[in-house]
Amino acid sequence: MLRNLTALPRYRALIQSLVVRELKARYRGSVLGFFWSFANPLLLLLIYSFVFTVVLPGTRPAETEPYALFMFCGILPWTWFSASLSEASNVLIAGGNLIKKVLFPAEVLPIVTVLANMVHFFLGLPILAAFLIYYRVPLNVGELLWFPVVVFTQLLLTLSLALIVSSLTVHFRDLKDLLSNLLTFWFFATPIIYPMTMVPGLGKRLMDLNPFTHLAVSYQEILFYDGPFGHWKWLLALLAASVLLFLFGYFVFDRLRDSFAEEV
Amino acid sequence: MNAIEAVDVSKLYRRYARKRQFATLKSALVSGSLIRDLRPDETFLALKNVSFTVPRGTTYGIVGRNGSGKSTMLKCVAGITKPTSGRVIVNGRISALIELGAGFHPEISGRENVFINGIMLGLSKREVSRRFDEIVEFAELSDFIDAPVKTYSSGMYMRLGFAVAIHVDPDVLLVDEVLAVGDEGFTHKCLDKFAEFRRRGKTILIVTHSLPLVERFCDEALWIDAGEARASGDPRRVIGAYVTDVGQSEEASLAAGDARAKAHAATAAAAGDPGDPAAEPLNTAGATPADMFRSTEGRWGSREIEVTDVALLDVDDQPRHVFQGGDPVTVRLSARAAERMTDFVFGVAIFNADGVCCYGTNTWLEELGSREFVGEGEVRFVIDSLDLTEGTYKIDVAVHNRDGYPYDYHRLLHTFRVKSRTKDVGIYRPKHRWEFSPSVRMGAADRREPL
Repeated sequence: MLRNLTALPRYRALIQSLVVRELKARYRGSVLGFFWSFANPLLLLLIYSFVFTVVLPGTRPAETEPYALFMFCGILPWTWFSASLSEASNVLIAGGNLIKKVLFPAEVLPIVTVLANMVHFFLGLPILAAFLIYYRVPLNVGELLWFPVVVFTQLLLTLSLALIVSSLTVHFRDLKDLLSNLLTFWFFATPIIYPMTMVPGLGKRLMDLNPFTHLAVSYQEILFYDGPFGHWKWLLALLAASVLLFLFGYFVFDRLRDSFAEEV
Repeated sequence: MNAIEAVDVSKLYRRYARKRQFATLKSALVSGSLIRDLRPDETFLALKNVSFTVPRGTTYGIVGRNGSGKSTMLKCVAGITKPTSGRVIVNGRISALIELGAGFHPEISGRENVFINGIMLGLSKREVSRRFDEIVEFAELSDFIDAPVKTYSSGMYMRLGFAVAIHVDPDVLLVDEVLAVGDEGFTHKCLDKFAEFRRRGKTILIVTHSLPLVERFCDEALWIDAGEARASGDPRRVIGAYVTDVGQSEEASLAAGDARAKAHAATAAAAGDPGDPAAEPLNTAGATPADMFRSTEGRWGSREIEVTDVALLDVDDQPRHVFQGGDPVTVRLSARAAERMTDFVFGVAIFNADGVCCYGTNTWLEELGSREFVGEGEVRFVIDSLDLTEGTYKIDVAVHNRDGYPYDYHRLLHTFRVKSRTKDVGIYRPKHRWEFSPSVRMGAADRREPL
């Protein structure tokens, strides 16, 4: 396993060109092209803003104002996370030809999926920045230094789960359907459209077990809330856990690797 | 120095029972059978302790029937699957021509696909750029290289895949039956490329059904049958053994087919009213073999004289079903007459697979008058040289009286096969030779055989 893991950097060029291909191919033939990378989160934001400010106003605490911005801080990374996982659940089966007919390091496929979605996440950041400037949110440089740490933690966490999901789906095809329901549930179990402060005691303790809670809260504290970044202990703990999870995910993937060529 | 070393390679494929295919994670969890379901219900040994070595710089061919394990062997060498036991060591960079263009993405251009495919096959970006023009030229796709690959014809697609794979400049090239793609011209180009590889001291491993290719190209060959190495070494010897074996199994399947046809005819005859010749419409057109042109197979007749057995014998009097063109063949009819008969005609006809009568004759036509037959007897129709072209033939035999009243007809019940090294056409090969005046000079052919 470790030998395979250390060989991974050799596939840099391959991963890079596949990510580029993925991005190019995704919007090939569409009229708006790369604009969709901006449009998708923007539309989602519009829908939620409409629902929570026009249809269901008044239940939000004042701290979440401006609400659109608050939500955007959580939705953007969530889209990266959930899209990566749902695509990863199909990526080995869709790439079956490569696995069966070409000597190809299979882990490249889920990795490319996660990275391509990360690029979409990055493309959404200028919109977020535009919102931040529009609402004149004061940004603290010291806090912003934590931003790459949050992104890296999320990358590791997403990669770990993508490796596990992609390899298990080869054997259990219905994991794909299971996952889409799980992701919906997960979304609402994460403080994205509501602040963590609204959650009562027991729920809060349960939500602390949800790794994405800490990512969402970190993004919100760094980008949205004033004041120092107080969640860093949780974030570093999650980072450490993600490293371990990544090793575990890679281990699972590596163990199942030999079955891919026969099962996909 | 060996380029490829395969030692005791076995590959066990797992086959899951039918229920496994519908099993889902949910049901596995519910019934608690997650682990149990992951265990195979049945296993299939695709390769059994196959060993071979390919010295550097040689061309090695693997032949065998469909499903014999050739491609599995190749995949083990390529590293796409791992052998269940044993090991494969490959020294040097591999490029596998197993499925051409396997990594292509249909939406993006040929140009981008060349780069990605090249990188997938182990080149760096710079190496691909350096070889790019060569690749495009080889694939003959200069005009279309910027079009999305989904607009390519399948031939163009394969050509591009082949061009990329061959320009990876591997030390070891694995080829799995991919030369069937492309037109004649492209096939020749591929062969020339292989020849160039050989000249440059590269190692090639070919899996193919094309025996001429192996005979002409390979330094050594391996014949895998049902997962086991049956013979290896000199390609001519290996192919000889393989062809003989294929002939034998053809022989066996023809014999089985014959037995089935005879059994079928016997039950059909038993079902009809025995002893009533009128059960079959009588042919009163005279003593011609006209009855033999009935297209349905079967057996009929009054059995006053019965043909109890029909066998095709080779030169050693051994019953066979597969003959080489030009072989001597004897058609032996074993017959029985319950009572003393004086009016009888024996006939034989040969039909090809299209139902065309290649030859038909009988004793009456050849002016042999019948005198007497009673009890058991044997009639031999001796062909000194079976001058038929390659193909499958049916032989009909009959015994009837001079007016065509059938005693026993065997219609399309006996099958045999003629094999030939010359792929000439038609239904009849007259004894012949070519002669040339001195100004027309001929030598041994240097022809590219169809692959």
